Amino acid sequence: MSTTEQRRKAPAGERVADWADGRLGIYSLAKANMRKIFPDHWSFMLGEVCLYSFLIIILTGVYLTLFFHPSMEEVVYHGSYVPLQGVRVSEAFNSTMHISFDVRGGLLIRQIHHWAALVFLAGMFVHMMRVFFTGAFRKPREINWLFGFLLFVLGVFTGFTGYSLPDDLLSGTGVRFTEGAILSVPVVGTYISMFLFGGEFPGADIVPRFYSIHILLLPGIMLGLVVAHLILVIYHKHTQFPGPGRTEKNVVGMPLLPVYMAKAGGFFFLVFGVIAAVAALATINPIWDFGPYRPDHVSTGAQPDWYMGFAEGLVRVMPGWEINVAGHTLVLGVFIPIVIFPLVLIAIGIYPFIESWVTGDKREHHLLDRPRNAPTRTAFGAAWIAEYFVLLIGGGNDLWATHFHLSINSITWFVRIAFFVVPVLVFIATKRVCLGLQRRDRDKVLHGRETGIIKRLPHGEFIEVHEPLSQDQLHTLTAHEQPRPLELEPEVDENGVARKAGAGQKLRVKLSRGFYGEGSQIPKPTAEEYQEITSGHGHH
Amino acid sequence: MSSQDIPEESLPSTQGAAHQGAVVSGEDPFADPGLPPHEHRIQDIDERAAKRSERVVAFLFTLSMLATVGFIVAYLAIPVDKNIYVFPIGHISALNFSLGLSLGVALFCIGAGAVHWARTLMSDVEVADERHPIEASPEVKAKVLADFADGARESALGRRKLIRNTMFGALAMFPLSGVFLLGGLGPKPGTKLRKTKWSAGKMLINQNTMQPLRPEDVQVGSLTFAMPEGMSEEDHDFQQEIAKAALMIVRLRPENIKDKRELDWSVDGIVAFSKICTHVGCPISLYEQQTHHVLCPCHQSTFDLSDGGRVIFGPAGHPLPQLQIKVNDKGYLEAMGDFPEPVGPAFWERG
Repeated sequence: MSTTEQRRKAPAGERVADWADGRLGIYSLAKANMRKIFPDHWSFMLGEVCLYSFLIIILTGVYLTLFFHPSMEEVVYHGSYVPLQGVRVSEAFNSTMHISFDVRGGLLIRQIHHWAALVFLAGMFVHMMRVFFTGAFRKPREINWLFGFLLFVLGVFTGFTGYSLPDDLLSGTGVRFTEGAILSVPVVGTYISMFLFGGEFPGADIVPRFYSIHILLLPGIMLGLVVAHLILVIYHKHTQFPGPGRTEKNVVGMPLLPVYMAKAGGFFFLVFGVIAAVAALATINPIWDFGPYRPDHVSTGAQPDWYMGFAEGLVRVMPGWEINVAGHTLVLGVFIPIVIFPLVLIAIGIYPFIESWVTGDKREHHLLDRPRNAPTRTAFGAAWIAEYFVLLIGGGNDLWATHFHLSINSITWFVRIAFFVVPVLVFIATKRVCLGLQRRDRDKVLHGRETGIIKRLPHGEFIEVHEPLSQDQLHTLTAHEQPRPLELEPEVDENGVARKAGAGQKLRVKLSRGFYGEGSQIPKPTAEEYQEITSGHGHH
Repeated sequence: MSSQDIPEESLPSTQGAAHQGAVVSGEDPFADPGLPPHEHRIQDIDERAAKRSERVVAFLFTLSMLATVGFIVAYLAIPVDKNIYVFPIGHISALNFSLGLSLGVALFCIGAGAVHWARTLMSDVEVADERHPIEASPEVKAKVLADFADGARESALGRRKLIRNTMFGALAMFPLSGVFLLGGLGPKPGTKLRKTKWSAGKMLINQNTMQPLRPEDVQVGSLTFAMPEGMSEEDHDFQQEIAKAALMIVRLRPENIKDKRELDWSVDGIVAFSKICTHVGCPISLYEQQTHHVLCPCHQSTFDLSDGGRVIFGPAGHPLPQLQIKVNDKGYLEAMGDFPEPVGPAFWERG
């Protein structure tokens, strides 16, 4: 029988695949995805950095749980680090010291874990900026933007609960700050604090509670979000930059098998390798230098990890406002910063929905914008980053003061003013830069590329030779859309019935003019303009 | 190794330059010219270059294997407590250094090999795949809506209001049990944040010497930390009590004390203030002798100890609480009561 012969001849791999296909339907899955096309651009690997550092964090984190004791029971340290011998420390601190000094390779894994966490958050930040500035968040990808945004926010809190676990002097100070911030919440602040800490600060519960949040609750949610994020990337197919042959209806690139399997798989090892080498060479979070936490001890230069720095900045530069009314205290000096902290994040998180409302654009977008071609969006993003960095300066005001010999008062006042002024200036400057770049593109299309070659004409005039662009370049530079701003409908409709535009509609038209109106985009060259210039005389 | 004897016809310059499926219309100079032709890499046309790439990839993979062997050797051979000097980093753990570097090399070489393989030897021909709209066609949508209407009608949820309303009630109420379960997370605040271990007659214990303080122990310009007598580091609640009771003591010249109550509550210019910052609770630890200012290192709130602990800079909202002290008949400093107001950060019920 030919069928049995065929079965006998099938290689082992195929037989395993047959077995799995009969139960999981993997052939249909592979048909759609094995040769899936991914476009290539260096900025598309930023998200990969995040994914891989997340995997590294999970791998190393599991290893660390084998040795870490999440307990605040006090013991006397007797480990091999001499300067702390005989000091009363918590079990959490003791076991972290044990991992760092007595477990072979423990310090390496701890440092890889912490470095990977920093890379993870920095990677998410930059990846988010890439998606933002290229408009990759537009329909149909708004939900995936939200998933990514949530991953960033949860990553911040996972990082915070993680570096608080060793119960060292630096992280304990951070936890104390958290408690003080919670106390400032009107009406329920003291209750939340008592419930979170299981009583008064510091109590004996916060490390075990942070532990289950850090290793189970938050990473569990994040793992689900990562999977959903990736499924949507595959389902929507990746965005691509405009170029010859690239349209809204296709995706141009190389197939998953073998090119991206090798590139992406290899990239995991590159990221892991670099982080391992960094962990070998650069010490991070040396808790033995800080010592165990005691509520009445502190070190100078206390700083959170970088991603919490902007919240720290808000708290440091806020004036100490307190209002006492009818036996109650409104601690505005602390409460306002902890309200602004999420608002700063939410501003960027909901931007895609604001933009789609303003523009009224309901179409799918798979071709990316060059940032210059969306000046208002680019300017908003740049202003947001500027705000973030202003606050980061505020968060490290003591370090700026000591390193650059500045007065801490002037830095604080600088940040207070810059908080309001710098984003506005950056917005205006970025918009102008974008428009300048648009003008340059326009000149390039109409007059060609400046070659730098100077030619002398027979009558003695010197001119620079401009080289006409290729069809590919002409198309790439003119492929973007230039939408027209929304218009208010006439106050009186065609039947003479008065129709009043609501305040929302008026705002929308105003914003739309800001996005696409005059002064917000340079009209791109038309075919007529091009032909008029290239057809004959005056071609410089 | 040169590429001199490559057959002419396989050189990129002689390959067709036409675009695939290009439609360049005469009217539109900006029309999409279609995918550009594939440009061959040296490895595509020269087998020797391809062989070189193969050797590079194999070399990287071999290096990775050697690095893993190095990792195992380092793990087994290097003592965990050995330190070495590495320029320019300084003294670091030999084990961490060698494990990290060998692991880093082992992983990096796998990655570099795979990427080099993909970039030089795997096909780099770009192909186009179609996209389809994400949203369903009107027929599919109509079918789904009809199915849903059928299902909803068959459930009779809309018709039998009693079922619907009681079900919503039950579903809305059961999460309340969860909210109540969370009540066990901690005690009610009560007056916990208002009281510390200080009370009338408790002597001030120097935290360095663990001995009761006498006025003559406190010099002008020095900063001394103290805790109430009867507290011990071994106490199970030591951490949460010291978080409120921590005290700092400085000696000023009585004529330099600007605040009248501060002067009344001092002994020969010795004043005792809470060490816990009124901003978010960090312990204050920096003292400037000349100006009598103390600074919290966390957020730089600055307090003037010669003027009732007034805030002179930074985000703190109210002065540091002062502890009234006196000298007892044995000549030791002792408290005349608890702090008159809650120490540390402000909260809603503080008032």
